[in-house]
Amino acid sequence: MTAQSLTKPDRMSGTNGTLSAIMLRLVLLLAIDAFAIWFALGAFGEGFFALGIAITLVTAVVNYIILVNDMYPLRWMVMGLVLMLMFSIYPIILTLIVAFTNYGDGHLLTKPQSIEQIVKARYLPEGGAAFSWTGFINEADEYVLFLQNEAGEGFVAYPGQALIGVADASDLGELDDDGIPAGIGEYKRLNALQVAANKDITNIQFGTELDGVKIRTPKEAAQLEQKYEYDAERDILLDLETGTEFFPREGTWVSNGSEELTFGFQANVGLDNFTRFFTSPAFRGPLLRIVAWNFAFAFLSVFMTFALGLAIAYIFNDPSLPGRKVIQSLLLIPYTIPGLITIRIWKGMFNDEVGVINRSLDAIFPPINEFFAQIPLLDWIELTAPGWTVNGWAAKAAILIVNLWLGYPYFMLICSGALQAIPKDLYAAAEVDGANGWQRFWNITLPLLLVAVGPLLVASFTFNFNNFNLIFLFIEGGPPIAGATTRAGHTDILISYVYNLAFAAGRGKEYGLGAAITIVIFAIVAVITLMQFRYTQMWEEVGENV
Amino acid sequence: MSRLTMKQRRIWGYVIRWLIALILIAFSLFPVLWIASSAFNPSNTLASATLIPNNLGMGNFHKLFNTPGRPFGRWLWNSIKISGITTILSVSITTLAAYAFSRFRFSGRVNMLKGILLVQVFPALLAIIAVFTLVTQFESIIPAIGLDTHAGLILVYLGGAMGVNVWLMKGFFDTIPRAIDESAMVDGATHWQIFTLLLLPLMRPMLIVVGILSFIGTYGDFILARILLKSADQYPLMVGLFLYTAGQFSQQWGAFAAGALIGAAPIMIVYLLLQDQIVGGLTQGSVKG
Repeated sequence: MTAQSLTKPDRMSGTNGTLSAIMLRLVLLLAIDAFAIWFALGAFGEGFFALGIAITLVTAVVNYIILVNDMYPLRWMVMGLVLMLMFSIYPIILTLIVAFTNYGDGHLLTKPQSIEQIVKARYLPEGGAAFSWTGFINEADEYVLFLQNEAGEGFVAYPGQALIGVADASDLGELDDDGIPAGIGEYKRLNALQVAANKDITNIQFGTELDGVKIRTPKEAAQLEQKYEYDAERDILLDLETGTEFFPREGTWVSNGSEELTFGFQANVGLDNFTRFFTSPAFRGPLLRIVAWNFAFAFLSVFMTFALGLAIAYIFNDPSLPGRKVIQSLLLIPYTIPGLITIRIWKGMFNDEVGVINRSLDAIFPPINEFFAQIPLLDWIELTAPGWTVNGWAAKAAILIVNLWLGYPYFMLICSGALQAIPKDLYAAAEVDGANGWQRFWNITLPLLLVAVGPLLVASFTFNFNNFNLIFLFIEGGPPIAGATTRAGHTDILISYVYNLAFAAGRGKEYGLGAAITIVIFAIVAVITLMQFRYTQMWEEVGENV
Repeated sequence: MSRLTMKQRRIWGYVIRWLIALILIAFSLFPVLWIASSAFNPSNTLASATLIPNNLGMGNFHKLFNTPGRPFGRWLWNSIKISGITTILSVSITTLAAYAFSRFRFSGRVNMLKGILLVQVFPALLAIIAVFTLVTQFESIIPAIGLDTHAGLILVYLGGAMGVNVWLMKGFFDTIPRAIDESAMVDGATHWQIFTLLLLPLMRPMLIVVGILSFIGTYGDFILARILLKSADQYPLMVGLFLYTAGQFSQQWGAFAAGALIGAAPIMIVYLLLQDQIVGGLTQGSVKG
């Protein structure tokens, strides 16, 4: 068995063993480690603990691979592994963690951040006169207040700036008998009538966020007071205006009267997102239909694109065929224009009324119908152009046609390359044995092709299983399923259904729920992939027997 | 059939294949004609009612190259640069890894192969948010690979290099008989020598296929480039072109379609240049069992 002799790399031969090679490797590793340590320290310094830990772990893996001799085969792929760990697996792990939290709109902050935001809130107390006020306005319709407290001390209050005492204020106009200036810089004084006409002024908060002043009555302005206070010992927020107490419950501040504060925070909610998805009838409603179509769509897409791609590669594989290069180049064209554009074009072509497809069918069908009408047994046949965007089956057919168009050049390219690798002597031997074209194709070409292409079929299946772009750009999952409790369409696949549930259902973005459903989808796809893996192992064995 | 001579049979074979080609080309080109129609149509609609617009014009192309703040030429160059670098690096990563998976037997090999496939099948819609956070954090440590840099974007693309193409390449290495390696090893060749001098030349058609796949994949990417790049000067073609579709009332589908047509050109040129290498480029019989 040839496989056995290669079980371990031959350490005596080549770059693995010589002294200079070992030295070079160590120097290189030192440089990598120095950079990684600096990078990780930077991450910890910025407070990115997850990132710092990730960098440290990846660096440890690199050191292990380079220092331990048994890891020799992995040295061939150490670069790719590092990039995969950092840019694919690390983000996936972060996403998995999110599935167990309530992360989303209203729960984007950490708990301390949410407290910080909440205690900034101010309210206008009812009792107690604070200031008498005079309004001023400039040409840009911006306001400024001149305030006087009971002791008669004057302050200038701009929106968003701290109050300025009269003594420190510049640009004050001449003061009248009451100590009120005629103007402040470019701002002109408003009389009572003008104030009454300018309702806006009562909505403006003057002064800064924390020492803000608002107009309460035509005569009085009052300093705003802090509305909530955090009691760290009891871990509650106290409403100073009403005396209500708010408790943290799974990321939301709620009172006993089930009032909620606007600023929630991220919290671990355990399996809540999963139970919501599986138990809520609203979610489950059309789920079975969607899953069934999802499988059918992915399977048919792969089957059709592979069959057509292989057929083209096989039929035009003959270098003696005149015009072969032109034909193959033209057939590749669907792949050269980004799908985002071509999907939109197809959408226009499949338009029920003005689309070119239905207008052509409307022209072709009447004569055909007339023809059938004259044949006694077939006179019931009457062809009409389908409503691609309103009929569920027609929409499904349209999507498959578009996906065939988008996908066959991929397999055409791969099969063109793959056909070259099949040893020509096998065909010669088969011809001697008297095998005809079909037999050669089924018994030699296809099995050997699957060695290289088999895993790609699995990958293509999973890609199409989650082909959000096509479903969403072409038809947005429509037409809607009648009677479904949630927004679901005949062409919705799981991932587009999730998108609607988690991001577009009008409740704001729910990343936690979205991540949880993503995990469910991933589990389904992973099981399929691993099941297919048995066959790929079979393919591998076929390959080794060549 | 027996009454036909060999020559007649061959010609009939050609004619049948040409007919098949004609049908297939009609299918593949039809939507593209509509893009061309929009590109030459000054009325800014996508897939209008008639294939040949009433008043043909080059206005959309003129607009494409002369709109301030929307440097089309630069976008094209950015796309070629980003895709070119990504392709070269990712094909290298893929090929090296595939060689190891095909020629060595080590513990965890099968599990790693499974793992690569599983990472690929994770629905990436949500992970993109995490990628954005990651690159944002990079920015405050090493600005050169942070947001709005091509280097950062390329790194993220390369994170997907260890993907299904490793399987494709490995399958290919598997079809090259090990007897070739072994006879070289007996002669004292190292793994590196076997890889570079013996196997790579045999793999050339597949290297080119994987390269083209990788180039097209990167070239056509929209979402990652859209969220990781900020300034119009840094945009690749796809992201830049979508500026023309933004805004409810200022959509300019004509310019968009014109840009899409020009954007397809680099890929067509690459394919035409390399086509011979893919099909029939291999000396027949050089792979012997």
